[in-house]
Amino acid sequence: MGPTGAKWASILWTLLCAGIAIMAVRETPRPQSLALWAAIWIVPAVVLVTIWLRRRERAPDGARVRAVARRQPLGRRVRKAVLNVHTLRGVLGIVAVLVIWQLAQPLGLPIIKRIPPLSDVVARFFADNGLFWRAKYWNGWTVSLFRIFSGFLLALIIGVPQGLAWGVSRTLKAGSFPVFEIFRPIPPLAFLPAAIYLMPTAELSIVFVIFLGAYFTIVINTINGVYNVDKSLQRAALSLGARRNDIFWKIIFPGTLPSIITGATVGMGITWMVLVAAEMIAGRSGIGFLTWESYTGGDIPQVVVGMVSMGIGGAICSAVIWRLGGNLMPWRRLF
Amino acid sequence: MATTVLKREGRIECRGVGKTFGEEWARTVVVQDASFVVEEGQLNVVIGPSGCGKTTLISLVAGYERPTAGEIVIDGQRVTGPGPDRLVVFQETALFPWMTSLENVIFGPIVRGMSAREARDEARRLLERVGLKGFEDKYPSQLSGGMQRRCELARALINQPKIMLMDEPFRGLDAMTRELMQEYLLRLFEETRTTILFVTSELEEAIFLGDRLLILSARPTSVKRVLPVDLPRPRDFRVLTTARYAELKQQALETLYEEAVKAFAEGSQAAYDLVEAFGRRSGGA
Repeated sequence: MGPTGAKWASILWTLLCAGIAIMAVRETPRPQSLALWAAIWIVPAVVLVTIWLRRRERAPDGARVRAVARRQPLGRRVRKAVLNVHTLRGVLGIVAVLVIWQLAQPLGLPIIKRIPPLSDVVARFFADNGLFWRAKYWNGWTVSLFRIFSGFLLALIIGVPQGLAWGVSRTLKAGSFPVFEIFRPIPPLAFLPAAIYLMPTAELSIVFVIFLGAYFTIVINTINGVYNVDKSLQRAALSLGARRNDIFWKIIFPGTLPSIITGATVGMGITWMVLVAAEMIAGRSGIGFLTWESYTGGDIPQVVVGMVSMGIGGAICSAVIWRLGGNLMPWRRLF
Repeated sequence: MATTVLKREGRIECRGVGKTFGEEWARTVVVQDASFVVEEGQLNVVIGPSGCGKTTLISLVAGYERPTAGEIVIDGQRVTGPGPDRLVVFQETALFPWMTSLENVIFGPIVRGMSAREARDEARRLLERVGLKGFEDKYPSQLSGGMQRRCELARALINQPKIMLMDEPFRGLDAMTRELMQEYLLRLFEETRTTILFVTSELEEAIFLGDRLLILSARPTSVKRVLPVDLPRPRDFRVLTTARYAELKQQALETLYEEAVKAFAEGSQAAYDLVEAFGRRSGGA
C-alpha cells in the first residue's frame, strides 16, 4: 500500500503497543519514559497526516501511482487540505458556539448561564495549578486514547471477521447468534463489576468494557452489510466464473466495507461514552477520571475542561475513521 | 470485420421447462411447459409483457435457478449451474461499483486464472472497441448509463462466451442512446455470431434485432408462437421503414393482442401491461 518506510514504522509501532498492552496486563501504564510516550503518539500522528494528505490516483496504464498532488510542495498540500471553504465554515460554527458560551452569563440565557463562561474555563486551564501544567492531564490523554485504541482495535479485529462469517454462513449464525443476542442488550457498563472481578488488572477491565462498547455495533453492522450486498453482483460474478473465494474477497468484502465503516464510526462514539464511565469507576487516571475528580473536588471550570477534552478526542477519532474509510473506498468519493 | 465466423457452438434447447415457486399449498406457476430451440449463432428475442416470467426464463438458462420440470440442454449438456460459457447482461447494471471499468472487464479472466497483464491488454482492446477508450480508470458511478451498458458488454465479451443472455439490457436508457446501443449490438453480433438470447418488452427492438421472435404467453409462461424474422442482415435503421418490417410487426401484434385479451379477461396485472405496451404502439405505428 504505502511506502515501505511507513510499513516498517507501523509494524514497529504495533510491536511497541503490544509491549505496552502486555505491561497493562500487569499494571496501569505510567509515563516512566517520556521518549516512550512520544514514540507512541508521534508515529500514528505522522501516519495520519500522510494518509490525510494522500490522494490516490491512477496513471493512464491503470497502475496506481501517487498523485500529482503529492509532488507538490508539502506546504502547499497542507494549505490545500486545511485552508479550504469547508474548514472555514467548520471553524465559524465552532466560533459561534464559543461566543454564545461566553455571552450566556451576561445575557442571562436560561440554564446555559450556569455554565462557567469560556474565559473562566480557559483561565482555570492555564492557571498556575491548572491542568495544562500538570503531567497527569497529558498522561491522562495518553492513557485514555490508549484504552480507546486497544479496545476499539480488538473490537475490529474480532468483530469484523465474525460479522462476515455470520453474514456468509447461516449454519454458523444459527448456532452462535442467539448467545450473542442475549449478551448484546446488556450495557457495557453492566459488565464492569464482573470485569473488575475477573480481569487481572483494572486497566484490562476498562479495555474490556470499551471493547464491548464497539464490538456489538461492529458485528451487527457487518452482518447487515453482508446481507445488503446486491445479489445480482454475486450472480454476475458467478457467471464470470468466480469461485466462492473470489466472491467473498472481491464482491462480499468490498460490498460490506461501507457498513463496516458505519459500524466503526458508531462504535467509536460508544467507546468514548463507555471510557469515561469506566474510568470514573475503575480508573486512577485518564480524562474521565480527572473530570470526575474535579467534580468531587467542586472545581466546575475544570470539569468543563475535562468535557471539552473528551469532545475533542472523540471528534479526532471519528474524523480519522471517516478519512480512513474514504481512502479505503475510493469509488465512494463524490465527483 | 470482413470475415464472418460461424461458430458451431451455443445451441440452447429447452424441453418442457417448468418453474414453480413456493410451497405446495401456495404455488405460483411462473413457467409451464416451455419448449424451444435456439440454434447456434442466432439472435433470438424473447418478448412478452412485464411480469410474465421472462427474467425467470433467463435465470433458468443462466443456471441461477433450477427448473422444477423439464430440462435445459446447451450443446448436449444439461444445465446444472451458472458458468462462464453463458454470460448474462442484466436489466440493472451489475458492474462492480468498487472496480474501475478496466478492473470490471478483467474480473472474469482473472478469476479463471489468466495473467493480469494479458487480461489487461485484452480488456483495453475491448474497451476501445466498445468506445470506452480513456474511461478505463473510471468507476461505474462516473459513467453514463450507456457507457455502463457498453462496459458490461465488454465484460461479457472478453470471456468469449458461447451464449449471451441479455435481460432487457437497454431498459432505462434514453431513446437516442438506446437506438445507438441496438445498432451497436447488431454490429457486434453480425461480426462474432455469438448465440444471443435477448429479452425485451419492446416490439420494435425485438424485430430490429432478432432472427426469430419467441413470443411468450401471459403467466404461466410458455412459448406462444415462434416468428422468424426474415429481414436481411446486416441491418441498419432503414429496415424500420420497409414493408416487410411492418408486416412482421402486424403479425406479432396479432398474437400479442390475442394473448392480452385472454389475460385481460382473467383480470391479471400482466394483461394490463400487455395492452399498455402493445396497444399503444399499434395505434401509433
